[in-house]
Amino acid sequence: MLHLEAGKYAPYLWPAYGLTVLVLGWLVADSLARARRWRRAAEGAKRETPK
Amino acid sequence: MFAVFANPARFMALSRWLAPLLGGVAAVLIPVGLWLAFSVPDDYQQGASVRIMFIHVPAAILAEMAYFCLAGASFFGLVFRHSLADAAARAVAPLGAGFTALALATGSLWGKPTWGTWWQWDARMTSVLILLLLYLGYMALQAAHDDEAKATRNSSILAMVGIVNLPIIKFSVYWWNSLHQGSSIFAKNSEGLAAVYRPALYVMILAYLALFGALWLVRIRAEVWRRRAGAAALAAAAG
Repeated sequence: MLHLEAGKYAPYLWPAYGLTVLVLGWLVADSLARARRWRRAAEGAKRETPK
Repeated sequence: MFAVFANPARFMALSRWLAPLLGGVAAVLIPVGLWLAFSVPDDYQQGASVRIMFIHVPAAILAEMAYFCLAGASFFGLVFRHSLADAAARAVAPLGAGFTALALATGSLWGKPTWGTWWQWDARMTSVLILLLLYLGYMALQAAHDDEAKATRNSSILAMVGIVNLPIIKFSVYWWNSLHQGSSIFAKNSEGLAAVYRPALYVMILAYLALFGALWLVRIRAEVWRRRAGAAALAAAAG
């Protein structure tokens, strides 16, 4: 059984978990977006490089 | 081990499958850890707020571990002039800053119901705040110079000097009076963490470690591509 009822501690517990989801989610999204952007840039620059 | 990772081509081949593997491990362990965290009973003193521990402690461990990686990679970059070490240092700083900010914020949210205060200028909390400032300082120095080599050298020196803060964080609760408790995960006496909370905490620590590993590899790969793009653009301009 999950104990999701935090009672008087809810104003501390749920913001802590919410903030964690936001920060970790941002780190994941930013890392993936950065990798995608620079991979495309590297591939594009390589195509334009004279042989 | 270092030689394996020091070769960018070998690193790219290895990280191509290792990053998604670690990401997959984290994606499995995080829900399991959360399920365990919300299955344990409330603490007799802290009530439901004890569940903040399952996200606070892993974030604090990763905050310090990431700085160790930052300082180590900076050392190898500065001493051995290896570009992959510089890329690794540059890639880990935002992750470390994120985990440190989380450790501070969740600690504050745990401290209010437990200690009655959001913040105290005691040694543990202040030294972790300094850790966050070191990360931000490193990133600011990286962004401050147009000359990337100079930026890397200056920020690497800061990262290496800042490592003195890690033992201060670790032992601050023993060296000075502190609201913060000492180490309880590995304590064997009665002050150690209650056995009922250990599985959830260990799973969450492993989940955070796997997520950190995956994100670090992804960000190093992005840094390698960024440098390749820059080199290719220079070659195109010259040719």
